[in-house]
Amino acid sequence: MNWYAIKAIYLSELHRSWRTPLQSIASPVLSTSLYFIVFGSAIGSAMTEIGGVSYGAFIIPGLIMLMVLTESTSNASFGIYMPKWSGAIYEVLSAPVSAFEIVVGYVGAAATKSIILAMLILLTAKLFVDYSILHPLWMMLFLVLTCITFSMLGFILGVVADGFEKLQVIPLMVVTPLAFLGGTFYSISMLPEFWQKVTLFNPVVYLVSGFRWSFYGTADVSLTLSLVMISTFLIIFMLFIWWIFKTGYKVKI
Amino acid sequence: METQVMEDHIIDVRNLSKKYPSGFQALNQVNLQIKRGEIFALLGPNGAGKTTLISIICGLVNVGEGQVLVGGYDVVKDYRQARKQIGLVPQELAIDVFAFVWNTMVFSRGVFGKPRDDAYLEEILKALSLWDKRHAKIQFLSGGMKRRVLIAKALAHEPEVLFLDEPTAGVDVELRRDMWRLVEKLRQRGTTIILTTHYIEEAEEIADRIGIINHGEILLVENKRELMKKLGRKQLILQLQHPITQIPSELNGFVLQLGEDGKTLTYDYVDNQPTNHVTEVLAAIHRSGIELSDVQTKQSTLEQIFVSLVEESK
Repeated sequence: MNWYAIKAIYLSELHRSWRTPLQSIASPVLSTSLYFIVFGSAIGSAMTEIGGVSYGAFIIPGLIMLMVLTESTSNASFGIYMPKWSGAIYEVLSAPVSAFEIVVGYVGAAATKSIILAMLILLTAKLFVDYSILHPLWMMLFLVLTCITFSMLGFILGVVADGFEKLQVIPLMVVTPLAFLGGTFYSISMLPEFWQKVTLFNPVVYLVSGFRWSFYGTADVSLTLSLVMISTFLIIFMLFIWWIFKTGYKVKI
Repeated sequence: METQVMEDHIIDVRNLSKKYPSGFQALNQVNLQIKRGEIFALLGPNGAGKTTLISIICGLVNVGEGQVLVGGYDVVKDYRQARKQIGLVPQELAIDVFAFVWNTMVFSRGVFGKPRDDAYLEEILKALSLWDKRHAKIQFLSGGMKRRVLIAKALAHEPEVLFLDEPTAGVDVELRRDMWRLVEKLRQRGTTIILTTHYIEEAEEIADRIGIINHGEILLVENKRELMKKLGRKQLILQLQHPITQIPSELNGFVLQLGEDGKTLTYDYVDNQPTNHVTEVLAAIHRSGIELSDVQTKQSTLEQIFVSLVEESK
């Protein structure tokens, strides 16, 4: 195992994020804070509790998931797409590193950044609403798994994309809508029966539900199902990345 | 070690062929051995296969058919051992322009699996006149400086072999001088250097051996001096005091060209050949009564040899 290479990629990627603190840190924290102000404090004060939890507290896990999904995807995709675009990727591809080490470096850095952001948002939320975390270890497990899984998705998008526009299509047109419709701001039990069934096809529902359970002990779907779903995504993305490096798809001719 | 090769061959390319998905045959049965510690210049016109060959050796392009060994290690099966020994300076200015010089050096050394060594990195940056720029963002450096950074990055992990793919394209005189000074220093340390260049006079000046590639095939690999001796042509140029309209009959046995102004006679011959008839030509000139005002000889350059070989291969 080339630990020096993993460390080099990992630190260089984290450093890339710190080069742009406004875009990397301040912007996601600010936009999530706005959600807390508008939906948590302003609108939330006029809403009833959901499952015994105030609306402001109810949306915290969903908002963190929303941010984690979009940030992991876009950050990891940029991380690999930029050197591909500039040609600087030649250095990593000609280095004595395995595909596994490359992925650990890039995906690990993107996931780390998302975890740090999630923690910052969790702290920021304290300024607006009162909440507690019932199962902190489960919360961390869900958070870490989600960050890794969606950083892998981002890595795949970064490898496959052949333009900046395509890089943005999945995060903006797929991940964000699914996150909004995945129970971020509501419990799916609040939907009409037909839409409750439809929404079960949305994979994000299972992630938000499991994550929210770790906070408040209530969930839209069972905890096991949530774990199975996140693990399934993880395995699918892993297999896809393995295939990319095995075939050299969009990486090597 | 996967396969033993002759000890003095740091790179051993065996029957290497590469066909791109588009159907373009970039390399065809290439065999090439690079000796440890030499400076090898690979010459060829655009699209000849130089970059494909370098890219395969460095692991950027998949091997088609055949085998490539670096220091005895197969570039596919023992890619870690093979790649550790290689430093590559690409043709394009392919670099993260938002990074800082020092950080990108630390990255390069790390990604090639070496522990951090600030003293060594400092030495490299100083040798390339980059030490003052170590805290600079790469985007604010000039094109020449960016190229220096690329060279410094390629050397960050102390490679045994350094590939310079068109290193002096668009580079100012000062950098070119710095670079060749560094190349000389590296050669003294025992680093093997393989360069491709369009400036053939550079190859002529610094290379030990020359390889010429065209249409994906190696046309020849030769010691530079041998090559110049074997394929080098010389010209004997005779300036006449008085113009003539036709070559006198005394010179009929020799192939001479009369200049348009009638004041120059040119005789082509092969250098160092006992049968080059230079003495006989001069004796015949004397017999013909032609008076000379000047005598010159001209050696063909590597460029002329290169052009004639490439022309022949068409």
